[in-house]
Amino acid sequence: MTTAAKLPSTGSSAHAFGTGINVEKIRRDFPILARDVRGKKLVYLDNAATSQKPRVVIDALSHYYEQENANIHRGVHFLSELATAEHERARQTVRSFINAPDAKEIVFVRGTTEAINLVAQTYGRVHVGPGDEVLITTMEHHSNIVPWQLLCEEKGAKLRVAPINDDGELLLEEFAKLLTPRTKIVAVAHVSNALGTVNPLRQIIQLAHQKNIPVLVDGAQAVPHMKVDMQVLDCDFYAFSSHKMFGPTGMGVLYGKASLLEAMPPYQGGGEMISSVTFEKTTYNKLPFKFEAGTPNIAGAIALGVAIEYLNQIGMNKITAYEHELLEYATRKVSAISGVRLIGTAKEKAGVLSFVIEGIHPHDVGTILDQEGIAIRTGHHCAQPIMDRFGIPATARASFAFYNTKEEVDALATGILKVQEVFA
Amino acid sequence: MPDLRDLYQEVILEHSKAPRNFHTIAQANQKAEGFNPLCGDHFTVYVTVDGDAIQDIGFQGSGCAISKASASMMTQAVKGKSKAEAKKLFDTFHKLVTTGEANGDRNDLGKLAVFSGVSEFPVRVKCATLAWHTLQAALEGKQEKVSTE
Repeated sequence: MTTAAKLPSTGSSAHAFGTGINVEKIRRDFPILARDVRGKKLVYLDNAATSQKPRVVIDALSHYYEQENANIHRGVHFLSELATAEHERARQTVRSFINAPDAKEIVFVRGTTEAINLVAQTYGRVHVGPGDEVLITTMEHHSNIVPWQLLCEEKGAKLRVAPINDDGELLLEEFAKLLTPRTKIVAVAHVSNALGTVNPLRQIIQLAHQKNIPVLVDGAQAVPHMKVDMQVLDCDFYAFSSHKMFGPTGMGVLYGKASLLEAMPPYQGGGEMISSVTFEKTTYNKLPFKFEAGTPNIAGAIALGVAIEYLNQIGMNKITAYEHELLEYATRKVSAISGVRLIGTAKEKAGVLSFVIEGIHPHDVGTILDQEGIAIRTGHHCAQPIMDRFGIPATARASFAFYNTKEEVDALATGILKVQEVFA
Repeated sequence: MPDLRDLYQEVILEHSKAPRNFHTIAQANQKAEGFNPLCGDHFTVYVTVDGDAIQDIGFQGSGCAISKASASMMTQAVKGKSKAEAKKLFDTFHKLVTTGEANGDRNDLGKLAVFSGVSEFPVRVKCATLAWHTLQAALEGKQEKVSTE
């Protein structure tokens, strides 16, 4: 018997949990959610890997290629001007969405991974030297570990790792102790992709800033789920991906404080990032173009802007509230199943339910749920150190978006019982 | 549409819960480590080879039901066989789990034929073959860790 049976019935999910989100209407905006997989209704619970796209985003991509396609920032012709204007309007949309002071602080990149590599290879290579330290946490995604390892290896610097407790929460006191005069940069996830933990960013950033250490935030798992405000956080760099926030793949954002970006050397050389080139000397373009060598993902930027407008229409605060209720419901429902253990039980969590089932490997869980049309992720979630921390090889992870329903959580719970039945 | 029971046959579930030869062999003269970085499966295969014969074999490690059952049944199947026979059996087994067919060699497979359902789940082929790749590496005396990627 699960606790779900004791919960009051909400009837139709049209206004689920009374938070003002009309899930049924929202689901109609996402064409893929109507399809079947393996003869079953798709239950998509792999949003931390990538999110689905609303019709408006899909249409924005084809509209761009059908009506606006041209190279930007260089043509004198009509279409080039139009494409340039749309591309730069998307930059303004991003700026406003994360409340960055200036659009020139919004650098378009391929994704979170490229954003972090950019900072490691420019800011990092200038400021990190032999014997210096880069501080990360145990719960980082590989993309916020490996770029720093590469840098430390090259420079003879040390990668230090702030520990977490058994609930998957950062130990702030330990973190503070690891901030030394040798620490040149802190790189930390806003939300852990494997555990769902929301880190106390304000405190982390204040602690680092007291020692004049800049902070890079991996925001890939935060931006789709909550309002983020660069001026409230006061972080120095913030990286996120379009494809996890209902926009297209191959597109991402690096926010950086203008004063830092100005002082950084370029990342890649090429067209667009220059203001003049001779064989003797090249002068670099102004921000943000200095970091945007080559023809960018123009359609991707425009469609990301459309995804943000879509999110704004729903309202980030409503999204956070709805997903919180959904996660609480899922946590109750799944943890009530005998033999299931949750991995990641922080007080502050977003969007992620990682679990293991006694005696059954997550990979087998994933295969059996897939037969029920339920898409989850199984494995180490590109966060192997986290798995080592909890002494497990892998987890099964369900991750939510605002288009997921209580009924889908019920399907997950039923699916888990089916898994146990197969292995009984 | 593939059926779950084709993949999770009783024999496979039984071996995954109670794997045979699931131990180290102190006096093994060949061993190798195999690893699937995508799902974290990790096995060490120990072999005592006498001349050309696989006299004893054991394995340790962790993995999903498919990889564990495959490792368990592999140890039973190759014990007492020659290196060449083990290699041939792996080739036949590999064909079975990738195509569902083993043609004329099906009889050689014996109980291992229960893995034919794996072919309908392409992402699980690596699970079914991890221990076999590891055994090959052990027999060939390879030092580096075997990876499915």
